[in-house]
Amino acid sequence: MDLLSEDRLSRMTTVEKIRFILDEVKSGKILVLERGLTPQEEANLIEMTMTLIDPDDFAGIEMETYPAHEDTSLMGKLFKKQPKTRLTVIGPANKIKTLRKDRDMITALVSATK
Amino acid sequence: MGVIRSLKRNFSGFFRKLFNKKNARIGIYGPPNAGKTTLANRILRDWTGDAMGSVSSIAHETRRARRREGVTIQANGNSLTLDIIDTPGLATKIDFHEFMEQGMNEADSKRRAKEATEGVIEAVKWLENLDGVILVMDATEDPFTQVNVTVIGNMEARSLPLLIVANKIDLPEANPSTIRDAFPQHPLVAISALEGNNIDTLYEEIAKRFG
Repeated sequence: MDLLSEDRLSRMTTVEKIRFILDEVKSGKILVLERGLTPQEEANLIEMTMTLIDPDDFAGIEMETYPAHEDTSLMGKLFKKQPKTRLTVIGPANKIKTLRKDRDMITALVSATK
Repeated sequence: MGVIRSLKRNFSGFFRKLFNKKNARIGIYGPPNAGKTTLANRILRDWTGDAMGSVSSIAHETRRARRREGVTIQANGNSLTLDIIDTPGLATKIDFHEFMEQGMNEADSKRRAKEATEGVIEAVKWLENLDGVILVMDATEDPFTQVNVTVIGNMEARSLPLLIVANKIDLPEANPSTIRDAFPQHPLVAISALEGNNIDTLYEEIAKRFG
């Protein structure tokens, strides 16, 4: 399992982030991203994951994140600031299974078997 | 906020008429088996007498986005014409073994899985070409799925209107309040697309949000 700091990811472009995440996950790693991905990056990641699914090798990813924090202050609404992304866990679909999730807690089962 | 929203809606309607803007494109999104096509069929049957596509208890029955143009809905004393896009179920994983567990043979399961991946890609691409989204959630399931979080995040980032539909309230285990508590910042209508429960409220909300 790798824990990735916000700084490390912020130095990458969207394409680099997605490529990096998928390479790591396909090799069997589970990643914990300190600050997660933007909603657009999540959509791109889902899209790219679909292109890599192979019936005999890779069934996809399990990705879990909390709903983003919206800035509900007057300034936030006026200037339409991007919602704050939050901690995200990404792993191979055959190794991680979410048991329960709510606004502030994720309970997941991680399997060591391939 | 209600006054501002009303002004914004009136202005957008005015400019749409002035510049003959095309109908608003509304995508029906959600995880597999949430009842997206059942809802699309309900809307089309109610307003055009037609249907969008077939439904099945096996996930990923809809593997190509389907678009129906010019669906006119009347609610709140107004008439609203929309282009409705019924999208394939969004997912982060597609395992053909799950189709085999439903009784499909291996070849058909693998083919369905392949088509389903293409469908998900198509659904993601459509997100960039919409004016609003109806996000269908199964009211008997946990609402905090990644698909729901991603769709809501994308609509918020684009400042596009979103309407959450808590579907399957005809089932005894349905609990739409869980969805309401999970995403309190967005309007929600609890319905049964299959039985038609509360469907008029949905049309009123569609007119309010997308008109």
